[in-house]
Amino acid sequence: MVLTAPPVKARGLVKRYKDLLAVDQIDLNVNAGEVYGFLGPNGAGKTTTLRMLLGLIMPTAGRVELFGRDPIREGARALDGVAGFVEAPRFYPYLSGRKNLQMMAALDGGGRSERVDEVLALVDLTDAAEKRAGAYSHGMGQRLGIAAALLRGPELLILDEPATGLDPAGIRDMRVLIRRLAREGITVLLSSHQLAEVQEICDRVAIVRSGKVVYEGPLADLRGASGQSYRLHTSDDLHAADIARAATGIHRLVVAGPELRFQASEADAGALSLALGHAGVAIYTMAPTLASLEDLFFELTEGTATGNRQPAVDVTSTPKATQ
Amino acid sequence: MSHAATAAPPAQGTRRRRHPSTLTVLRWELRKLISQKRTYLGLALGAIPPLIFVVFWNFHEGPDRHGGIFATEITQSGLATPVLMLLFESAFLLPLIAALVSGDIVATEDSNGTLKTILTRSVDRGQVFAAKTFAAMVYAATAVFGAAAIATIAGVASWGFHHVVTLSDTVVSAPEGLLLIVAANVFVLIPLLTVASIGVLLSTVTRNSAAAVVGAIGVVIVLYIVTAIPGLESIHPYLLTEQLQAWQGLMRTPTDWAPITHSAWVCALYALPSLFAAYLVFVRRDVAGD
Repeated sequence: MVLTAPPVKARGLVKRYKDLLAVDQIDLNVNAGEVYGFLGPNGAGKTTTLRMLLGLIMPTAGRVELFGRDPIREGARALDGVAGFVEAPRFYPYLSGRKNLQMMAALDGGGRSERVDEVLALVDLTDAAEKRAGAYSHGMGQRLGIAAALLRGPELLILDEPATGLDPAGIRDMRVLIRRLAREGITVLLSSHQLAEVQEICDRVAIVRSGKVVYEGPLADLRGASGQSYRLHTSDDLHAADIARAATGIHRLVVAGPELRFQASEADAGALSLALGHAGVAIYTMAPTLASLEDLFFELTEGTATGNRQPAVDVTSTPKATQ
Repeated sequence: MSHAATAAPPAQGTRRRRHPSTLTVLRWELRKLISQKRTYLGLALGAIPPLIFVVFWNFHEGPDRHGGIFATEITQSGLATPVLMLLFESAFLLPLIAALVSGDIVATEDSNGTLKTILTRSVDRGQVFAAKTFAAMVYAATAVFGAAAIATIAGVASWGFHHVVTLSDTVVSAPEGLLLIVAANVFVLIPLLTVASIGVLLSTVTRNSAAAVVGAIGVVIVLYIVTAIPGLESIHPYLLTEQLQAWQGLMRTPTDWAPITHSAWVCALYALPSLFAAYLVFVRRDVAGD
């Protein structure tokens, strides 16, 4: 075991299912003590990646290390200090919630069975502890999953869509709990398809699309890195697009319905307006837009923004924040 | 999670953790079996026929009541009942019971998604596989000895604890007869555990309980069909189904060990590759689940 090794280090992870490339060269670095968001739409490869991290499935290529240990090669020993669940946590429906946790404690080496009551109370399941897990609601199952993860006393918590099925109060409490765990020094890797779920609690995020990481870094930097966005409507948008494509400093140029959208600095946008005027293209509208994080998220994951869901055609080579 | 904001989370653990023994994993596999209703279905399948037989024999007043092939032996000693039951049940019912749990034991966890739950704890896949395999075998043994115990108790209660006649027409004392019954059930376990091994393999490979249970029983049925095909007599000694009656060597005087030793190595040829293949698949497979 490498004591200074990061909680999660993945290099060149690939998972291929016959013709489907589910994960394509994903690199991940999760540092000790941070809350790391793993964001992307359903089917982007998040869960497959988490399964590889936990040693549940074999990568087609690449390597995973948790605290410096490879879960594929070292098996359960690589999961020392690691807990969590992938997709919805599953339990034995014919055993009570308490019995399920007692079994988990036994399978963890038996040293934590005295914590069963403690974690049941933590997730507010004390009253339902003797109820069969099969009779639990989805939200109760999620909470039992959190309890089972905390039972291990983890240093790294891997949670796949933990708020799924929770009511608004449950989602709020989940966020509070995750923040508290982070303050206690537990590293959290949290996957979600909802930006709002991770926006408030994550220090850094990786955004995945079609099995690739399209952005990695602090969410706050994403907005800064994306530059100022503009909407442009002219007398001849196609000609304007040609001019914009040839201009310097114009990025992410897309034709979106009756207008063009692009990112540029103020000076470059001004230069473009002059170029359009010289070319005889009348500018009806050139308006700066402040892209929300949600817009940027959708641009990265779907190639379009929420502000205008009309089909967008990217007509420039869009630089990726990371690759 | 209303307490989440106020309650302190459990203290962090150390990264080096104690790992459970395979015995611990086995203990929980058995607890899981005990907690499932379907477990008792198989046990009942083995226990009910001797009860029906004894009740029927005691109350039936038909013309064969005193003239059947087994009539004399059956009513002379209660110890004949478990032997007769073993003769009938070992052909199909006991293999079915062995397949019920062995075919289910991996596949059901796969389809329920609980396999990923236990594989993200501190147990290695090899430990889980060993525990599941042993649990399936413990279940098969429990079914066999449970059925034998009920048949013995019911038989002795009806017809007494007397000496019994062997297949060689020799007479053995009641205690010796009881010992032979125990030994016969031990040796019938060899082919039954082989059926269970095939069940574990199918359960691991198919990830579908029904397919694995039906598949394991299907193997037995197919081998019975092969037995009935003319011209294939030369392979009969190597068919698993033939080994299900090898225990009868114990009921001869002197004891005929040849079919028993033959059964042991023939069964090993079926069971060991099955278990090895199942192990390799289990430790290398992707556990996706739900």
